[in-house]
Amino acid sequence: MSVSGWLQIAALLVVLTTLTRPLGGYIDRVFSGERVLLARALRPFERRLTRLLAGAQPGGQDWKEYARSVVLFSGVCWLALYLILRTQSIQPLNPQGFGSPPWDVTFNIASSFVSNSSWQFYGGETTLSNFSQMAGITVHSFLSGCVGLAAGIAIVRGFASHSGKQLGNFWVDLIRGLLYVLLPLAIAASLFLVAEGSIQTLAANVHISTLTGGQQTLALGPVASEKAINVLSSDGGGFFAVNSAMPFEDPTGLTNFIEALMMLVIPAALTATYGRMVGDRRQGWALYGVMAVMLAGAAAVAYPAESGPSPAMRAAGVHGVNMEGKEQRLQAPGSTLTAVAGTTSSGGTTSAALDSFSGLGGSIPMADIMTGEVIFGGVGSGLFGMLLMVLLAVFIAGLMVGRTPEYLGKKIEADEIKLVTIGVILVPLIVLFMTAWAISTRYGLRSISNPGPQGFSETLYAYTSQANNNGSAFAGYVGFVQPHAPGNVGASGITFADLAGGGAMLLGRFVPMLIALAVAGSLSGKRTIVSGAGTMRTDTFAFAGLLIATISIVALLTFVPALMLGPLVQALTPRLF
Amino acid sequence: MLRELRSALVAVLVLTVLLGLAYPLAITGVAQLLWSGEANGSRVLEHGRTVGSSLIGQDFAADSAYFQSRPSVSAYDPAETAASNLGPNSALLASEIRTRAAQFLRRERPYDRGLTLAAIPADAVTASGSGVDPDISLANARIQAHRVAALRHLRLAAVLRLVAGSTHSSAGGLFGPEAVNVLNLNMALDALRSR
Repeated sequence: MSVSGWLQIAALLVVLTTLTRPLGGYIDRVFSGERVLLARALRPFERRLTRLLAGAQPGGQDWKEYARSVVLFSGVCWLALYLILRTQSIQPLNPQGFGSPPWDVTFNIASSFVSNSSWQFYGGETTLSNFSQMAGITVHSFLSGCVGLAAGIAIVRGFASHSGKQLGNFWVDLIRGLLYVLLPLAIAASLFLVAEGSIQTLAANVHISTLTGGQQTLALGPVASEKAINVLSSDGGGFFAVNSAMPFEDPTGLTNFIEALMMLVIPAALTATYGRMVGDRRQGWALYGVMAVMLAGAAAVAYPAESGPSPAMRAAGVHGVNMEGKEQRLQAPGSTLTAVAGTTSSGGTTSAALDSFSGLGGSIPMADIMTGEVIFGGVGSGLFGMLLMVLLAVFIAGLMVGRTPEYLGKKIEADEIKLVTIGVILVPLIVLFMTAWAISTRYGLRSISNPGPQGFSETLYAYTSQANNNGSAFAGYVGFVQPHAPGNVGASGITFADLAGGGAMLLGRFVPMLIALAVAGSLSGKRTIVSGAGTMRTDTFAFAGLLIATISIVALLTFVPALMLGPLVQALTPRLF
Repeated sequence: MLRELRSALVAVLVLTVLLGLAYPLAITGVAQLLWSGEANGSRVLEHGRTVGSSLIGQDFAADSAYFQSRPSVSAYDPAETAASNLGPNSALLASEIRTRAAQFLRRERPYDRGLTLAAIPADAVTASGSGVDPDISLANARIQAHRVAALRHLRLAAVLRLVAGSTHSSAGGLFGPEAVNVLNLNMALDALRSR
C-alpha cells in the first residue's frame, strides 16, 4: 500500500462528487426539454429524427406504453446485433478475414450487449471484424446504455409526478439522451484516449520483426471510439480479450483513472438529476452519499487485500504485491480502482485479471455486484434499482415504527411493495439458481478452468455478473473454445454456458426494468400527503444508514453462504488447490 | 403496435449508421489527423524499421544482453491477449512462480551476488494481465542492470542512468507507480553501443 494509492482512490471520489451536480443539472435540462448548449447545432437533426420515430406531435406514454417501446426497441436491437455478427464473414471492414462466430456464442454476445452487460465469452481481437466492433458492439453499447438512461428518467418522472399517468415519450428520451448526453461525452472521451495512446484505425494488423528478431503482430482497430462509449454507458466491454489490461485500450495510469471515472460519472450525476426532478435536491444527495460510502468501503477493503502476496506467491517464497494478472503501470492501486469502479457501477471494465485477485480482493467485486448494481450501478438502471431499495427500506422502517410507509409524500401501498419485493429478489434467485445448476451438472463444469473453490468462484461470478448486467468476469470461465487457427475456423461455443448466461442477462435486465416502470406507473399521479411530525424523513444520515443496512442485509443474507464456498474460504486459508 | 415496431426498425437502422459508421469514422479521421503516431499503435523505429510499439511488451529472452520483460502467458502476442486467470490459491500458479523465480536467480545471481529469493520483485515472476505488459518495476530493472552492464561491458552507473531515462509514472505517481519501459530501455542500450 502507498500514500499515492490511497490518494488516487480519494481523488476519484473528489472528482466524482464535483462533477455530480453540474452534470446532473445538465441531464435534467436535457430530459425536461430545455434548450441546452449543444441544441444550436443538433436541434434540427433531433427534430427530424423525432418526427421520423415518434411523429410530428410526440405524445406522452403511460408506463405500459413506455415499457412496450423499450421492449420492442430492445428486441429489434437484439435481432440486428445477432444478424450483424452471424453475417460477419460477408460484411466489409474485415481485414483479418474472420468468419462468423457460432450461433450459441452469438446468442450470448447479442444478449450481452443489448442488456448493457458486455459479458464477453469471446476475445474481440481474435473473433470480431472492425465492422462488427463498430456497427455491432459500439452501436449497442450506446443504445443499451441509452435505453437504461431513458427508462431511469421515465421512472423518476413517475416518482415525481403529482398529476397524470404519463412518464414521457421513449423515442424522444432515447434521441435526446443519445444526442445530448452520450454522444458528446463519447466524442470527448475517445479523443482523449487517442491522445494518450489508445489506437484508432481501420488498418489491418501489422506484422513486425522485434528487436531480437522475433515475430510480433500488432493488432489494430477502432479501439478508442468503442472504449469511450463502453465505459460511459456502463456497458464496459473491451475491444481486446483482456479488456483494459491491454495497453492499447488503457495506455496510462491517467487513462485508467479516467476510465474508472467515466464508468461512474453518469450514474452518479443521475442522483443529482433525480433530486432536481423530484424538487428536493437533498433526496438526490442522500442517494449519492449512500453510493459513495459503499464505494469507498469496497475500495478500502480491496486495495489492502491486493497489496500483499497471494498464497501461491507465499508458497513459492516470493514477496510483494499480488502482481499475477496485473499490469506494472497500474499495479495494485490502479487495478483495484477499476475493479471497484467497474463493479459498483455496472460498467464491468477491468484492467487486471480478477480471477487472480486474492480471496478477499476477489470477493469485493463480486459482493459489489451482488448488491444488485445499486451502488451507482448502470446508467439509469442503477438509479431505479436504488429507488426500489429505497422503497424497501421505507417499508421496513414503517413496519418497525408501525406507520404507513411513505416516500416523497406518497403513500407506499401493498401493490408497490409486492412489485418491489419481486424486483429485489428475482435477480438474486436467478444468480443462485443458475450457479447451482451449472455447478451440479456436467454442463456447467466444462466452463471452469481452476480447480477447487476458485472453480466455484468462477461459476458464481459468471452468473452474478451476467444476471446483474455487469460484464466483468473471473475470466477463466469459458463459453467459447477457439483453436489456434485464424478466423474462427473450428471455433465452437459451450452451449450451456452461452444460453444460460444469455438468458440470465436478458431476464436480469428487463424484468427489474419493467417492474420499476410498473412501480413508477403506480406512484405517478398519486396525491401527496402533507408531511407531519410522524413522517420519516428520507434525506437524513439516519435514513442513509438504514438504506446501507437494507442493501447490505439483503445481499449478505442471500449470498454469504455462496461466498463462503468460493472466495472467502480462500481468503481464510493458505492452502493451495 | 405496428407503428412502434416500424419506429424501432427505423431507429436501429438510422442509429447504426450514425453511431456505428459516422461516429467511429469521424473519430478515426480526427485521430489520424491529430495523433497519427498514437492512433496507429505508438510504433517505434530503429534504423527506419518498425521494431515494435512502445506500449506493447516484447520477448527478449533470445538475447540476455537485453533487459527482460515480465512473464507472459500469451507469448507476448498482442493479437491474442491473455492473462493466466490462475486463482490466488492455485497450486499450478505456485509451481509456475517457483520455476520463474529459479530462472530469475539463475540468470541474475552471477552478476548480482547478493540476490536472494526474497529480494526478487513480484513483477519478475508473475504473468501480466495483458500478456504484453511493456513495463517492469524499477526494482526489477535495477537487478537486471548488473547483468546487462556486465554483458555489454558498460559501467553499472551508465546503465542505471538509462534505466532512469526509461522510467515513467503517471502524474508524479498519483495514477500509477514508477515503471520502466523495457523496449525503450533496450533501444537506448543499442543506441549507446552504436554511438
